[in-house]
Amino acid sequence: MATLDSKIPSGPLADKWRKHKTDIKLVNPANKRKYEVIVVGAGLAGSSAASSLADMGYKVKCFVFHDSPRRAHSIAAQGGINAAKNYQNDGDSVYRLFYDTIKGGDYRAREANVHRLAEVSVNIIDQCVAQGVPFAREYGGLLANRSFGGAQVSRTFYARGQTGQQLLLGAYSALSRTVGAGLVELHTHSEMLDLVVVGGHAKGVIIRNLITGEITRHSADAVVLATGGYGNVFNLSTYARGSNATAIWRAYKRGACMANPCYTQIHPTCIPVSGDYQSKLTLMSESLRNDGRIWAPKKKEDRLKAPADIAEADRDYFLERIYPSFGNLCPRDVASRAAKRMCDEGRGVGETGLGVYLDFSDAIKRLGENGVRERYGNLFDIYHEITNESAYKQPMRIYPAVHYTMGGLWVDYNLMSNVPGLFVLGEANFSDHGANRLGASALMQGLADGYFVIPYTVGDYLAGQKPGSRPSADGAEFKAAADSVSAMSKRFLDTKGKQPVSYFHKKLGKIMWDHCGMARTKEGLESALQKLPALREEFNATVNVPGSANTLNQSLEQAGRVADFIELGELMCRDALTREESCGGHFREEYQYADGECKRDDEKFGHVAAWEFQGAGKTPLRNVEALNYEFVKMSVRNYK
Amino acid sequence: MVAASSTKSISVTLRVWRQSGPKELGQFKDYSAKDLNPNMSFLEMLDVVNDELTARGEEPIAFAHDCREGICGTCSLTINGKPHGPGKGIATCQTYMRSFHDGDIIVVEPFRAAAFPLIKDLVVDRTSFDKIMQAGGFITARAGSAPEANGLPVPKGDADRAMDAAQCIGCGACVAACKNASAMLFVSAKVGHLGLLPQGQAERDRRVLAMVNTMDEEGFGNCTNQYECSAACPKTISHDFIARLNRDYLSASLRSAFRPEAASTGGGGA
Amino acid sequence: MNLVGSFFRSSIGRKILMAVTGVILIGFVIGHLVGNLQIFSHPDHINGYAQFLHQLGPLLWVARIGLIVAVVVHIWAATVLTLENKAARGSNYGFKHTIQATLASRAMRWTGYIVLAFLIYHLAHFTLGAAQSATFKDNLKSYVLTADYRVAGFPVVNAGTKVADVYSMVILGFQSPIVAVFYIIAVGLLSLHLLHGIDSLFQTLGLRSNKWSGCLRKVAIVFCLAYFVGNLAIPGAVLAGKLSPQSAKISAPAQR
Repeated sequence: MATLDSKIPSGPLADKWRKHKTDIKLVNPANKRKYEVIVVGAGLAGSSAASSLADMGYKVKCFVFHDSPRRAHSIAAQGGINAAKNYQNDGDSVYRLFYDTIKGGDYRAREANVHRLAEVSVNIIDQCVAQGVPFAREYGGLLANRSFGGAQVSRTFYARGQTGQQLLLGAYSALSRTVGAGLVELHTHSEMLDLVVVGGHAKGVIIRNLITGEITRHSADAVVLATGGYGNVFNLSTYARGSNATAIWRAYKRGACMANPCYTQIHPTCIPVSGDYQSKLTLMSESLRNDGRIWAPKKKEDRLKAPADIAEADRDYFLERIYPSFGNLCPRDVASRAAKRMCDEGRGVGETGLGVYLDFSDAIKRLGENGVRERYGNLFDIYHEITNESAYKQPMRIYPAVHYTMGGLWVDYNLMSNVPGLFVLGEANFSDHGANRLGASALMQGLADGYFVIPYTVGDYLAGQKPGSRPSADGAEFKAAADSVSAMSKRFLDTKGKQPVSYFHKKLGKIMWDHCGMARTKEGLESALQKLPALREEFNATVNVPGSANTLNQSLEQAGRVADFIELGELMCRDALTREESCGGHFREEYQYADGECKRDDEKFGHVAAWEFQGAGKTPLRNVEALNYEFVKMSVRNYK
Repeated sequence: MVAASSTKSISVTLRVWRQSGPKELGQFKDYSAKDLNPNMSFLEMLDVVNDELTARGEEPIAFAHDCREGICGTCSLTINGKPHGPGKGIATCQTYMRSFHDGDIIVVEPFRAAAFPLIKDLVVDRTSFDKIMQAGGFITARAGSAPEANGLPVPKGDADRAMDAAQCIGCGACVAACKNASAMLFVSAKVGHLGLLPQGQAERDRRVLAMVNTMDEEGFGNCTNQYECSAACPKTISHDFIARLNRDYLSASLRSAFRPEAASTGGGGA
Repeated sequence: MNLVGSFFRSSIGRKILMAVTGVILIGFVIGHLVGNLQIFSHPDHINGYAQFLHQLGPLLWVARIGLIVAVVVHIWAATVLTLENKAARGSNYGFKHTIQATLASRAMRWTGYIVLAFLIYHLAHFTLGAAQSATFKDNLKSYVLTADYRVAGFPVVNAGTKVADVYSMVILGFQSPIVAVFYIIAVGLLSLHLLHGIDSLFQTLGLRSNKWSGCLRKVAIVFCLAYFVGNLAIPGAVLAGKLSPQSAKISAPAQR
């Protein structure tokens, strides 16, 4: 049984982080260079952590599976980054950002972590501006803000529709500077395939070079994972194709607990699937719902008709019908689930039947085509590029898609997992968003963790490790881990079955989407827990991975990732089945109010579930960390 | 706007560059891709072809890709000689099969540049871009040392132009399209982005000299002002930034040639 | 890197050298054309002009050496840059495609080669007398100026001075259709070379932007056309019989 000590400092909420920073141990500057830290992943969290630690004097090795750190999927975030600067003089404060985030997370995040996030949010903006991130400006030269969902203040900083790109390039430039100065050893095309635990502490990783296939062992005094979320379990998502859970999953199998894996966020307005060849779903900004009306045909037989041929009386503006007070602007999860119900009833539009209309004809009547173009022109262009349809002439087709995972490896207040020496940052950990993440908060968390949390907390751990005490990479644990990695590759290559890896990924995605997607039921999850082990067996018996292990072999890379996704999917279903309540992104149909809102059970489930690996084929152990709300009252989330 | 033919499937012949490794000999091989939905993206079409190859026991075509929404800059192949395919201002992943006709022969090649050595099939190594960035593509600002963000106003016009340049996705299409495999558009975008901002002034001369020097060392060609780069750029970054880079380089060279040097660069140790 | 190093060793430095030497050579060809167009007035003008240039003595040599250096540096930089460019491509595309590069820009190397060949012939023809030596100025009867040749109002060559008959040499030279056609083709290609060269030098020197690049392009086109027409005029007029050598004209009294 893992010990889950959250190490939350005592004292008033606003003083916890300050107090903690003065309490934790420091490493003296001359000793820092004797410690080596491995950072895996170079998105917002990884790049910022690697450069910050290197600037402090630690020896840093950074591993990325991409060809360059600049490719990490943080780059695709569009909307913005929140910070409690209160530049708009609209009453924002650290407390309000904290409160909005806690409430947005449906009271399933830790108060202390979230408050710290809100505190350092202001430093993040300072840091990014100093690095040259070209945030949007007012004519006077000062920073501009926009408003975002889940908040009543304007606190979102943005760089056109490419905020994530600009923030990542900022962090990447800091990383590049430290690499150029010889402070960070950067390894690209390098995928982490195992965590090495020596004497109960994380002391190294096993890396496969994706070009040469070479397996190398790397030891360190501490290991930092910043490898992102696991939404690609669903196959179709807004994630990059390469986004994967292998690093965190292999760490889980070495003893790190996986917390709340069932918390996944589904975004209502994505471009629907157009065929079974589809590889990717593209997000359309939520802001479209300000002027668009969502509907589906009333009659099943109309679903393939051209929308213009469906009479007004035959259209069901279902959000306006079911949620008359909020209408098209009801919360993300509610809108997503309603659209799914329409499609489940057979009224979904488009060839696949998985889509509803987002109609701008009223807005065009009201504002004129140019008025609509001014507000949403770039989004209409993207839509046209992908679908070859003009949303000025006919309604958009939209459907919800997986977009973010709130769950991840369990970490304490120091962002250290239950395996000492293993730190987990960004989307890869579970810590700050509870059961649902607010828009523009993912970027904030990644940079907060990398620039302003880990530089303090890694020192607290290292101060307890003797300088020079890190084990040699020739040790038995390293050899065993490297051998198991090689054996796994060999197994995939030797199976020589009939099915390409993509076949299993698609099949997995369908099971997960059907049973562990927007709406979950006991029966559905139980059936998924029957299907997934069978899929795993089928994969092991019939996967076809051509080529060899010692060249670039994308099928082999994908095989390892999909094998992990299948196992992780099983854990997600298990977690979702056990959590007999609805909260945020986790919606169990059995637990809802009459209006379709989530019905939480704070008494029984006001806690973090942290799953502990017990060995292959064994049921994992569900550990519990109670969430003690000292400052905020858990209440029913209400946006009405 | 709604293509009536959008659901009519097409078949094409792919003439794909296959090369099993950097030292091996490469050659074009033909593959037929049948009954494709025109709404399929070009990369999804390659996925389908690859699954068929796998089923036939052949090695799938290696190609670089990741986000598939035009922002990560990973996808890197040329379609009929043009990086990222026929469209303007889009990446390969945003190219759809409806851009092609039934019966077309489509030639698919890797980006070709000595500074982007080939890894396999259509995948090339663009580490040289990272090296240029490491030489100077940054503003030195350690975490914790930043002043208040609104302490330094930036004229909106400058911020907007900096953003125009900063949109670069680092894909290398400029190098691939350039008749001389020059990286000037890439370098100029970064130099322009940082040089337009007040924060970037302290390191301005150092940055441009170091980045151009590394660009030369990495074996890129020289700009002949033909502007194929900006025409191929998926973010349509203007070659005006190249003019700006040239100007910056000239003035930095002159300044650094005549500026007196400090007696010591040390920080005053105890 | 020191200044010389950064100009001769770096890619942008060498391009700046190309641009600066290009500016010098453009200045030269403009002056050269303007001087030569005097052939359309009385023979006193072009012959006096030629005599004036010769009288400059050491200054003429300074200018000549300057031009030679400019040509050499221009060609050196072009050669080095081109060789590097070829190496930078590595392997060639199987499917070659041009998105929008102009013909003038793509033909720079070839127009350069032909202009260089022409330049060598042109010098051999009119400066050294190695080609068509029968009609070289030294082998023609000298010419006696009928009026003072003035520069900015000052008489620099006095009436009555015996000078080389450049006027006749040029006309006799162009009476050979092959020479005249070669000359016309060469200046045509030089105009094309200048079309990209002018646009390009503004870009290389960092003086071009989308605000006025369209205007710059138009100015460059007009300039190159004017340059071509101006140069076409001399052999054109000779071939059309509008200009005849000194011997035919000498009888006409200089009445100006």
